[in-house]
Amino acid sequence: MPQTLAVQTHQAVRLITLQRPQALNALNTELLGELAAELDAVENDPAIGAVVITGSRKAFAAGADIKEMAERDLVGILNDPRLAHWQRIAGFKKPLIAAVNGFALGGGCELAMHADIIIAGEDAQFGQPEINLGIMPGAGGTQRLLRAVGKSLATQMVLTGEAITARQAQQAGLVSEVTQPELTVERALQIAQTIAAKAPLAVRLAKEALLKAFDTDLASGLRFERHAFTLLAGTRDREEGIRAFQEKRRATFTGQ
Amino acid sequence: MNFEHILFSIEAGVATLSLNRPDQLNSFNAQMHGEVREALKQVRQNSEVRVLLLTGEGRGFCAGQDLADRNVAPGSAAPDLGESIEKFYNPLIRQLRDLPMPVICAVNGVAAGAGANIPLACDLVLAARSASFIQAFCKLGLVPDSGGTWTLPRLVGMARAKALALLGERLSAEQAAQWGLIYRVVEDSELREEALKLARHLATQPTYGLALIKRSLNASFNNSFDEQLDMERDLQRLAGRSEDYREGVSAFMEKRSPSFKGR
Repeated sequence: MPQTLAVQTHQAVRLITLQRPQALNALNTELLGELAAELDAVENDPAIGAVVITGSRKAFAAGADIKEMAERDLVGILNDPRLAHWQRIAGFKKPLIAAVNGFALGGGCELAMHADIIIAGEDAQFGQPEINLGIMPGAGGTQRLLRAVGKSLATQMVLTGEAITARQAQQAGLVSEVTQPELTVERALQIAQTIAAKAPLAVRLAKEALLKAFDTDLASGLRFERHAFTLLAGTRDREEGIRAFQEKRRATFTGQ
Repeated sequence: MNFEHILFSIEAGVATLSLNRPDQLNSFNAQMHGEVREALKQVRQNSEVRVLLLTGEGRGFCAGQDLADRNVAPGSAAPDLGESIEKFYNPLIRQLRDLPMPVICAVNGVAAGAGANIPLACDLVLAARSASFIQAFCKLGLVPDSGGTWTLPRLVGMARAKALALLGERLSAEQAAQWGLIYRVVEDSELREEALKLARHLATQPTYGLALIKRSLNASFNNSFDEQLDMERDLQRLAGRSEDYREGVSAFMEKRSPSFKGR
């Protein structure tokens, strides 16, 4: 049983709730480890088609655990076990949706950016305040943020440490939808259910192709997309999808 | 909690906050700001409270910023008034607008400067017949703050908003009500009782639903028609899950008066 997460299953969607209320869900090593282990389990569970990750009404996650960080010296950071957990989260193959209310700061903002889709409550705040501690983002904050919001805003956020609102985040492209805070998780679950009802192999390859856009040139990205597209031609779900469309009925996908 | 510059009490679901520096027409200094902030925090945290009544002691409601707190000596560097607004006035205005319950303001006398705009951040404004509103900022070379430049044109139209803000003339309570700046005018001797009556009524109503109404109306000026329709859908979804909605429907069906809990 995880100590720092609550896990529920809603039909084909796993809802993971970060639970360290005393520390505004600060991401300590234990929490990241439990999250990575949970994603491992979901990866191997064919009944789950998508994951929603959320925090509390007040904080998605307000950063890394400063106490824990202070105890690591140079060598400690070089051997940091957290890196493997982050890589596990980044390598997760099923769709991951972050439902963000309140603070998503530092590691919390970085965790949200590991998700494929971010839904934010109206009072959500996104920021990378690491610079205020004489450090800098260390889990993608300088890379994913810049790719999502562009150079000027990302640089401003990382160098001033000042947060942006949910609306600003949506305008900048960091967030796809802004909701009433009470409905953030519900909306994220809705989107996750929609995705979970699609053909799993198509979803998986589409996610992979989308992520490719970040680390290849256009030509290679297009080549990857074409290969993935071609691969799907060998699936039963493709036949079913096309036939259901022709017969004007809802498709039933099996993941084959 | 003992306050020096405000009177604050909570009784039967009604929180009453009265500005209490009558010799300075209840103008704001840093300490009064701090006390108001503390009181509003209690209002927010106390689940018993279902309505806030804001008023002032003595002959004025509030004369805005206490300029003694802000003396600009000749030859000294220009003050950063933006900082004072960022630190004191904007958080206060945001708190009043965001409180998840109706906020009644009983304007008992002159309301000038920020004191004229604080009531406009409340939900229901009653004013004594002798009360008046003065956008005094222009007389000092300043800009209406505490939301004034946003609320005035929305409440009275641009032409009157500009006249009020550029001329800084006294607007009688009567005129303010006729223009739609405030909800209504009552006789001086009846103001407190009328405001309390309103507060006691609201304290028995479905507070959660009222908070959602307030949220939707506050958002309406910034939303497109489509966005507002979406918001109505979302807020109605939330309202429909409240205990009070259930109670309201069953009371209606059973032809009895409802007993709302505010949840």
